This record gives sequence, structure tokens and C-alpha cells, in this order.
Amino acid sequence: MPPIVDPHKCNGCQGRAETFCEEICPGDLMALDTSTGKAFVRSARDCWDCMSCIKACPRNALETKMPYQLGYFKASLRPIMGKSSITWKCRDINGKETTYRFENRKPAR
Amino acid sequence: MARMNTAHAVDFHPTGLDSVETVEVCADLLIIGGGNAGCFVAVEAAKKQPGIRTVIVEKADIRRSGACSAGMDAINTYIPKGRTPEDLVRWSRAQVGGGPLREDLALSNARELNECVEDLERWGLPIVRDEEGNASYRGKWDISIHGEQLKPIMAEKALESGADVYNRVVATGLLVQEGRCVGAMGFGVRDGRFYVFRARATVVSTGGAGTLYKSYTADSTDSGAQIWMCPYCVGSGYAMGFRQGAELTSLEQRWVATRSKDFCGPIDTISVGYKSAIINAKGERVMERYKEWGGDAAPRFIRANAPMEEWLAGRGPCYCDTTGLSPEKAHDMLVDYLNERPSFVLFLASRGQDVTREPIEIYGSDPYIVGGHTGSGFWVDMERMTTLPGLFAAGETAGGNPNKFVGGCAAEGKLAARGALAWMNGLELPALDAAQVEAEKARVYAPLLRCGQEGVRPVEMKERLQRLMDEYAGGISQYYRTNEERLDYALRHIKMLQSQFVFLTADSLHELMEAHETMDRVDVAEAVVHHLKARKETRWAGWQTRVDYPERDDEHFDCFVESRRDPQSGVVTTFTRPYEQLIPGDRQHA
Repeated sequence: MPPIVDPHKCNGCQGRAETFCEEICPGDLMALDTSTGKAFVRSARDCWDCMSCIKACPRNALETKMPYQLGYFKASLRPIMGKSSITWKCRDINGKETTYRFENRKPAR
Repeated sequence: MARMNTAHAVDFHPTGLDSVETVEVCADLLIIGGGNAGCFVAVEAAKKQPGIRTVIVEKADIRRSGACSAGMDAINTYIPKGRTPEDLVRWSRAQVGGGPLREDLALSNARELNECVEDLERWGLPIVRDEEGNASYRGKWDISIHGEQLKPIMAEKALESGADVYNRVVATGLLVQEGRCVGAMGFGVRDGRFYVFRARATVVSTGGAGTLYKSYTADSTDSGAQIWMCPYCVGSGYAMGFRQGAELTSLEQRWVATRSKDFCGPIDTISVGYKSAIINAKGERVMERYKEWGGDAAPRFIRANAPMEEWLAGRGPCYCDTTGLSPEKAHDMLVDYLNERPSFVLFLASRGQDVTREPIEIYGSDPYIVGGHTGSGFWVDMERMTTLPGLFAAGETAGGNPNKFVGGCAAEGKLAARGALAWMNGLELPALDAAQVEAEKARVYAPLLRCGQEGVRPVEMKERLQRLMDEYAGGISQYYRTNEERLDYALRHIKMLQSQFVFLTADSLHELMEAHETMDRVDVAEAVVHHLKARKETRWAGWQTRVDYPERDDEHFDCFVESRRDPQSGVVTTFTRPYEQLIPGDRQHA
């Protein structure tokens, strides 16, 4: 259940020692292809689809893809990270769009 | 804050062990695994003993590592007003069919529990509350949260505690000297260095073991890790202790749960929180057959096995009937999913499914060894010390104490921290055993040094093990059933896999991590099969089903099954320990 990398949006987090996605992936699955300067998925079949990389990418260059063996073409789900909230935009295979927005952080006391 | 810097993986092809740099790190307290329990160990240790030198070794990045990496939609145990810790233990006991469970451990956890949940709220976790400020209960004990940021919040506090965090370092083995654990060893999956962590006390909190068994969606090209449990928790903590002779308990009490079909998404959210009944293909309410166990409120192992029994009887597929939900309730349910398993919402979208019109199909999961859910893990004392002195366990790794979940794993982290502090008081580290370090270094890098030679790739061995466990040790393709002959077959082949560790090859540091994860899986699987063999009865059908011993046998098995591997000979022995009921009452009903 791997993320797909949009090569037009991904800039390999230029200047960082690690890309944001390889820094955060719990499975050590994201890496930088030094020949293209873009992030890539080392082993697609090992992805848990936790979406940590999608949330961490500052350029919205990653998208979780549903394997066709499990779900049909073509749905999408994208998170937009706010300071204390998250917004999810979902589109199903029939084109129906739904937005979910809720608080994910309170100020620490 | 002391987050050690990490970087892109280096292209690492050492020509020999001499070209691998060894880094030695000394600490008071070593925490292996910076997850839910591990973060609480660090915070509690710093609170009780400011200035303590704590090291967390973590194979991912603690901000998004392990089972909580995707988030969480509920705290499954938070004691409501008017109820007591004893009541919670009674419920936990009934959830495992009356036990056996360690009521002493369960009670001490329950007494710490609420404060841990309140810690999380103080740290910024949104807990859903009504107008009067009361937590919103979904069932008897579980409350709704917006836990998308749960893991980052816990990690920030662990970092603020002053612990040195070594992200992207894979622990492979314990350092044992003078009969006690004095640290651990491992390698950097990004820098290739060999790490020796020396510590006066060590807490292992590496999570449970998913991926021992084949998942039924694993045949799909990009769905190899499409399981409920975090697939990066492979049981390394159990394996490291088992190899050094630490005693394991209750590994035969495997966690199997009812999950959404084809996606393995959590479904208790729906059936418990949204009062959506389990129905079969004929539209019959399945749990009506289990009235003596409480019907829709039956213990989890009953609920997990029930849909599979329907399939076997020709009455599948089964569903969680969400068609009675209002659009508002359905929206709330999908928000819960987005907090815990966001891609399930994508899955529903990719089926074009409106859950108020079409019920969610359900099926069993592959089996997991997860001591935060069932009783599997190390046998520990009240201080959470394992039978290997100096080695403590917390969370999924500590056994005998099921139904801990997020709050209970946090509570146990605190208890293990206090136990470790008391243990290390006045204790000095022995001089480093250089021979032991060199032996582990040779074992760790062997697959990488064989790069380019004919051999076995880690993924091949992993998939061989998963199929073996699925078909012979009671996996989902066999409706969780097994017998003595199949278990003996599994053990024979596990021995063959162990004898072939020497042929594993790795062409990168990532693949070297996979090689060690696979060896850990095989060792944990060996213990699991021994446990399944030793319990010659059926106590928790689904979690543990012996077709050759289909009945419960209280005369012989109302007790714990234990295992221990001799570190020298490698021989595994199993034995029992008695169950002790501390809290009076009907064991099977709470």
C-alpha cells in the first residue's frame, strides 16, 4: 500500500540531511534517489499505509495509493495539516467528495 | 533535548568486521523501543530521578514509530466515576474467558491508569468530552479521543525528559554479564555503525509481533504488510530475551480480532461504539448464538471467532450492520477511522461504499503476539523485571496482563521505570565483555558480508515462515485450528530455518535490518509453537484452537503455560505456573 511520489512536486527536500518522508517512515521505506534527486519507496509491499510520510511532506508530493487488488480505480484521500487541526479531503470512485476537519492538538497545560 | 542526528542511508559495503566502526554508549537506563510504553518509561525515570542518563534506542523515529504511528481513535480503558481498579480487573478477566491472568499485575496497572490518560490530555491530546466535561464513553471503559497526534505528543515528552534518543538504530541482542542484563547491542540502519549500549538497567518495550503469520491479502503485490498490527513490530524484544533465557508466558493466547474484510481495519469501533450488530449472509444476528457469553457484548475472542464459524457453516459472508447509522453517526465513525487508520476511509472510497446503505464486511485477522492486548510476553515480577535480572518489560512485551491498550501500556511504562530505578540503585557496571561484543558484531554483519554470494534473501525466509505458521500453527487459512502433528511439522521446519540463518544475505543496511527481523520472527515463532503444543485443550477458540483437544480442561490447564530456551544448548522447555485469583467474583462475567 505504498505512497506514490509526484516527481513534479518532490524536490528531495533540498539541503536537508534527510527528506521529511525518510526521516519519519516507521518502516524505513522512504529514501532519496541521488540520481534523480527525488524520494522513492524502497519496498512498496512493506508499506502499512500509516500515512506518516504524507502528513510530513511539505510539498504535498506524496499520495497513498490503494492497491487495485483491494480497491477500485480511482479514489483519493489527502490530509492537510494545520497547527491544531487536520483536514482530510476524500474522493470516492464515483467522484463524491467529502471533507473532514477536526482538532488533533490542544495547547499543552 | 537530545535527538541524535540521522541522515540518508550510506552505501555500506564493509570488507570485513574491522572496517565497521563500533560506538560505545554508557547510560544509567536503556530503553529499547521508544513507543507508547517506552516514552512513558523515559518521562517517569526523569521525574523520579532528575539528571538520570537515559538512552532510547529506536529502529524508526520515535515521533512516528510502532503501533501508534498512524494515530488512535480511543483510549480503551479509563476508569469512570463510581468504578474501581478492581472492577477493571474483573472486566479484563472476563474478556479472557476467566483467565488465567496475572491479577496482581493487572491491579497495579489499573491503579496507575487514569493518571496516565490525564497526563496525555495535559500534554495536548484532545479527549472528546460532553458539556459537563465528562469523557465520552463508547462502551463500559473506552473513551473517544482525537489521537492523530498521539505518538508525536508522547515522543515530544520523552525528548523533553532529557533522554538521548538514537533513532534508526536496530537492537539485535542483549548484553548479558554476571547473569544479568547490562545493556544491548545493535546497528545503525542509516550509518552502518555497530552500537554497544551499556546500562545499569534495561527496559525492553519493542511492541508485539505482527507478521509471524501470513495475512490473506499478502498475495496481492502491494499489500504484503496490509495487517492490523504495525508490521514493523516483529517481536524483536521477545526474541532478544528468549535467546538469553528469559521466561515467556502465555504466547499461545494469540490476539485475533474481527476486522474489516480485505483491509484488516479495526471494527470494534463500529460494533461496540456504534452499536452495529454482526450479521451473517442470511441477515441473522450472529452473536445471538453466544448468549451465554453476553451476546453482542461477548468477550473479544468470542466475537473474533464467531464470524469465522459462520463462514465454516456456509453462512458467510458476515457484516457489521452499519445501515442503521444516521449520516451524522456515520460521519463520526469515519472521523474515528481517520484518527486511527486513515487509509480505511480510502478503502471504502475505493469501493464506492456508503456505509449507511451497505454494511461493512468483516472477517478474522491474522494472529498476533501482543501482550498489551492478550497475555503474551515475558513473565515479570511486580517491578516488571523479567526472569533475566536487570531486564525489565513494559507494554506489549510484558505478559500475563491482557487488555492494557494505550493507557495500560503507559501505566506499565511508569511501573517499569520505578522498578528499574530501584534495581540499579548502588549497582555498578562490570567491565565490558569484549568477546561477547565481537561475537554479536560478527552475527549482526554476517548477511551483509555475504552480499553478492548465493544465498537466501530475508523476504524469502520471512514468507516461508509466514506460510508455515499460517497452515500448520493455526493461521487464518485454517480458521485458526491446529493439532499436535501440524505443530510438530512446524517445529521441524522452524529448526531448518534456524539452521539456514547462515545463508541469509543482505545488499543494503535496510535489507540487513530485514534479515535480523526475520531471524527474530523465526525465534518468536518457535516459542509460539511450543506454547500451542503445551496447552492441550481449547480455552479461547479462535485465539487458540486445538482440534485434537476441542474442550476446555480446567483440571490440567487452568494455569499459565511458560517457555524458556536454554541460552547454551538452545533447547526449549515448557512448563506451567499456577493461576491465583486475587479479586473475588465470577471469573467469566464482570
